[in-house]
Amino acid sequence: MHGFFETDILSDMQKPFYVKFLFVATLLLGINAFAQEKGHSSSGEKGSLKTEIKEFIGHHLLDSHDFTLFTIDEEKNEHVGFPLPVILWDNGLKVFSSSKFHHGESVAEVDGNYYALYHGKIVKTDAEGTINYDEDHHATNVKPLDFSITKNVVFIFLVSALMLFMFGRMAKSYKTSAMPKGIGRLLEPIILYIRDDIAIPNIGKKHYKKYMGYLLTVFFFIWIINLLGLTPLGVNVTNNIAVTFALAILTYLITTFTANKNYWKHIFWMPDVPVFMKVVLAPIELLGTIIKPFSLMIRLYANITAGHVVLMSILGMMFIFKNWIGSPLSFGLAFALSLLELLVAALQAYIFTMLSALYFGSAVEEHHDH
Amino acid sequence: MEKLIEQFSFGLFFWQLLLFIAVLILLRKFAWKPILDAVEDRESGIKDALAAAENAKKEMQNVTADSERLLQEARVEREAMIKEAREMKEKIVADAKELAQAEADKMIKQAQLAIESEKKAAVADIKNEVATLSLEIAEKVIREQFSDKAKQMKLVEEMIGDIKLN
Repeated sequence: MHGFFETDILSDMQKPFYVKFLFVATLLLGINAFAQEKGHSSSGEKGSLKTEIKEFIGHHLLDSHDFTLFTIDEEKNEHVGFPLPVILWDNGLKVFSSSKFHHGESVAEVDGNYYALYHGKIVKTDAEGTINYDEDHHATNVKPLDFSITKNVVFIFLVSALMLFMFGRMAKSYKTSAMPKGIGRLLEPIILYIRDDIAIPNIGKKHYKKYMGYLLTVFFFIWIINLLGLTPLGVNVTNNIAVTFALAILTYLITTFTANKNYWKHIFWMPDVPVFMKVVLAPIELLGTIIKPFSLMIRLYANITAGHVVLMSILGMMFIFKNWIGSPLSFGLAFALSLLELLVAALQAYIFTMLSALYFGSAVEEHHDH
Repeated sequence: MEKLIEQFSFGLFFWQLLLFIAVLILLRKFAWKPILDAVEDRESGIKDALAAAENAKKEMQNVTADSERLLQEARVEREAMIKEAREMKEKIVADAKELAQAEADKMIKQAQLAIESEKKAAVADIKNEVATLSLEIAEKVIREQFSDKAKQMKLVEEMIGDIKLN
């Protein structure tokens, strides 16, 4: 009787697993079949498939002027998604819908000016959409200042709204009770972690409060937007150097404008070293103040880009292998890597916050005898 | 590096900076400040409560020690009082005894004096009686002498014998 009961429970517990396994297997088969069909259409030429994957990855890494969820047919230019507004500054503000480009297929005509998409960038061109090249094969067309609401900008908006909503609600919940409620239960330990293990040890109890707002915002912003990058929506915000540059420059500006006398003294006139060394050290230290945020920028950008490239390459390998061993293997590898990327998403947010706190800490460090 | 610079999108940079600063300012005012304040309030509340509990515990210990001390003092005082009372009792008894002794001695002395004086009076009485008796005897002897000489003699002897007996 007892044994029967146990096996019953066991089979009950295993059932969902089998269901999941079957589901995944079907999905895998479907992809495989799809890949084979695709392989046939490209007349079995492996090189072209590889280039296609490479192009697809390259395309994924770039920002885009329309929100494409997926492409039905590349040749017929059929995409599922919606266009986004294009805002240009070219002798006056020009606003139009990105649908005018037809996914880069056609030239958009606005107020007598012609614009075309060239590698995801808007360039000024003539009615035929001619791209002029210099000897290094660089486009010489004029690039107007582009303030378009691109896919990435949409996601920056979304994350900003999400953060305002989430933390606004959390802040309100404290008015009725001293304990956090709802999502605050999850977020409060993270906020406390940033305060107690990042801000206070690096900046010190005296000054940490004025930096808390920035540290918390930057941590949650990077984390959430990195996590969104792992969803099938195909967004990839932090792999844009412009985004990480904006974040790094904020860290740099905050460090520079909150720095005390002691900080500048250590840069321009290092105490307790010979005069000659003082002179040598000054430019090095000054350069260091720029290199520090620069490293922040590159680190976040490179880590997220590398993660996406590797993950997508492994996914692409599935279509190259096209057999029962290689494809599931690369699927398993991609799954494991996705888990790793989940960790990287949080880790990069942590590192950015941690190092920013470290730089702020050095900016407000009190003078003490060495 | 060249590719990075080429890829750099000023528009994206602009939006990122603008939105991030806006979010930063809004969150600072409406989220981080109230959240951190609430958490800090709670933490200081917990700290205060713990300190208060510690104080109460200490006070309790003090009170216990105080009462213990008071009890001890009371015990000592009680013992002292009992001792004093005992001593007083003994003193009173001793005094009373002494007084009684003195009184008794005095009474005995008085009694002795009275007995002495009574004895003296009695002796004087006896002497008087003896003298009277002697006179009576002498009178009777003298009368008998006048009637019978022998008889008188006998009588004298009898009288003397009587005296001796007395």
